[in-house]
Amino acid sequence: MRIFHNPNYNFVKWRWHALALSAIVIGAGIVTIARGGLPLGVDFSGGTMLTLKFDDAVDEETIRKALPSFGDAIVQTTGAPAEHRILVRLPMIRQSEEAHDIETEAKAVEAALHTANVGSFILEAKEIVGPVMGEDLRNKGFWATLASLAGITAYIWFRFRFTFAIGALAATLHDVLLTLAFLAWFGYDLSLNVVAALLTVTGYSFNDTIVIFDRVRENQRTAKRESLEDVVNRSVNQTLSRTIITSGVTCLAVISLYVLGGDVLRGLAFTLLVGIITGTYSTVFIASSIAILLSPKMPSGPAAAATAARAKRA
Amino acid sequence: MYKNLRWKFLVTAIVTVLAVWSFVPPKQKVKLGLDLQGGLELIYRVETDAALKIETDTTSEQLADALKTGAVTVQAVKVTSLTSFEVTGVQPANDQQFRTLAEQTTGSFGRDAGDTAGSYVFTMKPNIVVNRRSEAVAQAIQTIERRINELGVSEPLVAPYGSKGDQIIIQLPGLKNMAQAKSIIRSTAQLEIKLVEGEAGDEVALLASHGGKVPDDMEVHPGASGVKGDGGKTFYLVRKIAAVTGRDLRNASATLDENNLPAVKFTLNSDGVAKFTRVTGDNVGRQLAIILDNIVQSAPRIESRISQPEARITGSFTQQEAQDLSLVLRSGALPAPLTPQGQSEVGPTLGQDSIRAGVLASVVGLVLVTMFMLVYYKLAGINAFVSVALNLVILLGFIAYFNAVMTLPGIAGFVLTIGMGVDSNVLIFERIREELDAKKPPRQAIALGFDRVFTTIIDTHVSSLIAAAFLFQFGTGPIRGFATTLAFGLASNVFTAVFVSRTLFEFMLSRRPSGSQQQLSI
Repeated sequence: MRIFHNPNYNFVKWRWHALALSAIVIGAGIVTIARGGLPLGVDFSGGTMLTLKFDDAVDEETIRKALPSFGDAIVQTTGAPAEHRILVRLPMIRQSEEAHDIETEAKAVEAALHTANVGSFILEAKEIVGPVMGEDLRNKGFWATLASLAGITAYIWFRFRFTFAIGALAATLHDVLLTLAFLAWFGYDLSLNVVAALLTVTGYSFNDTIVIFDRVRENQRTAKRESLEDVVNRSVNQTLSRTIITSGVTCLAVISLYVLGGDVLRGLAFTLLVGIITGTYSTVFIASSIAILLSPKMPSGPAAAATAARAKRA
Repeated sequence: MYKNLRWKFLVTAIVTVLAVWSFVPPKQKVKLGLDLQGGLELIYRVETDAALKIETDTTSEQLADALKTGAVTVQAVKVTSLTSFEVTGVQPANDQQFRTLAEQTTGSFGRDAGDTAGSYVFTMKPNIVVNRRSEAVAQAIQTIERRINELGVSEPLVAPYGSKGDQIIIQLPGLKNMAQAKSIIRSTAQLEIKLVEGEAGDEVALLASHGGKVPDDMEVHPGASGVKGDGGKTFYLVRKIAAVTGRDLRNASATLDENNLPAVKFTLNSDGVAKFTRVTGDNVGRQLAIILDNIVQSAPRIESRISQPEARITGSFTQQEAQDLSLVLRSGALPAPLTPQGQSEVGPTLGQDSIRAGVLASVVGLVLVTMFMLVYYKLAGINAFVSVALNLVILLGFIAYFNAVMTLPGIAGFVLTIGMGVDSNVLIFERIREELDAKKPPRQAIALGFDRVFTTIIDTHVSSLIAAAFLFQFGTGPIRGFATTLAFGLASNVFTAVFVSRTLFEFMLSRRPSGSQQQLSI
């Protein structure tokens, strides 16, 4: 079975449309995020997260009403409906750290729920991140992402050439920004798991690009007379079914994770899913376009041969 | 050809057996993270400033004491910052003797002339400051380890954490009584025995005979009110220099006092006995305050010189409190207070549900991927399945063998490894198809397919490994599990997708009569 039979699409011709589309989407994403559309998760902002397991079914509204003095508390059901699990998130620790007790809020919530008599429950998990630690993780996450981008770019520079490295870097940055935009539009928090997935997406996105660049390098060896545009376009077409099938198959696995892996992993799975799809798109349209744009314009084809011949004669 | 194949199968079999051997039975050999098996994780900052302050205070007091003993009068010895103190009013006639005494007592401080004549500023040497800070963290870790060992948690972890060097992470897997563990770990347990200079119902009355001011060599502590950790109605004026401290203890245990109430009995070491004998001998008739974390637990009167090593702290303890207190006294005081930075408590039931969901997602993912590969690549799909399944087996083996921790995001790493493992297979299969389209015979198409794609596979895996390495650096426990799974998965994938899958293709070819132009099922 085959999806493509000797594909020969002119991807390079569409590069301006693709770049424009990406720019619009990323711009819109940046506007959303700048307006606070991608809130930081408890891991990064600091705060308290409680997982409560009730004996009987309970709805979010009841819990919300039982916590009137916690206006910024986010209450969600989590896990399978039969598990009766409720997640309560308090974004910030109001108690100053100097009070030497970061559990104050958690204890207050527990007490309020007992007072409101919402049914018997056990506190299954309690996660508290102090503001200092949150900031620490924020910095680390930021630098790890940058360092990872720089590391892979350096590797591609070493293995291929500078313009390819920049092309791959641009494509990967593009994927990261697009993924962030979609995370914001679909109402996700920027949590530790999401950042881990983003870092994985950088690796994956470079992967895809490397496959095409490898093919470009191979084709350049055999076809010295073709222009770079043509070689790149031919390489993208030759690897097209691989590009589509791999991301399709990886998506299958990730969708299974998204649907069945539980709430904790949902943000991670979503990030991977979006990252893989945008990674495929950027591999085909963005990476090679940028590599071509940055490459010095070389006279191509017969004209080049003629020039060389003239130079020899002179 | 055939001989070559036998050797390749042998390598594959050995690797498989080794992998299976290292993770079976998985319940014992695969270490689960706290998010999966439940437990407590605490992150504290060691207030190393406090350790510096103690050193500065003690040194300035020792110098003041030595000056008093040596009859060198000065105007004042005053602590001016965390790491410095100032001596004012040194008479020129006494200057030489002052310097000698200062050299004997203030070794870790540098001395400079102060702003006014006859004044000196002592500042802790910079290398000593750095040392004291890291010592405080190291000591805190040792102390907490001793306390946790007495709690009887299996496989606890106490380690430095973060980039600033003053944080510690504590992991207690499978712990049940979290509240008790937290209070035991955090209690400073600073035991001091000091001579009492006065006792009154409030601070004003206490200081009346001293001109309303705490004298330089004394300090005020509240007495216990009966509520643990709370100051009561009595205030004590005590000497700053402790006669005996927690460092002079050899042992401590819970006991009952003469009224059959819970109390803590402690035994002094030989150093402590000597100090105790001297102070009780010199001060018969006066009171000694037993101070725990700055609260006076009791202040018994010295009836006679005491030269036995045992003493008792009475207070209003419950049996449990007496036991916990003796535990922390035995393990020694923390060098500095701990400030909580973060914590995570997970009950065992949540983890079990997470494992179930993760395993289900992995199995369904594998089934979906396999079905697709079989439909799309026909018989070669079996190749892909074998190499991906073997990849997972080797991955589990790696995790168990290197004692890496399996976390919830680690399970996500498993699912992702399925996808990434297939990536290499697709890359190879597509190339083989291309070569077949170019009318190459099957044997050559397979060889070319694998050879040409090999550098690509190395490049893609190296770039993913770079990302995983930074992920590992950045991550806390669960994320590290994810990074580890990815990295091991990538490593074993090179083996399964390139070596094992090729072996299978060659095996299929070897079953055909030579010169057969039969089509490959791909």
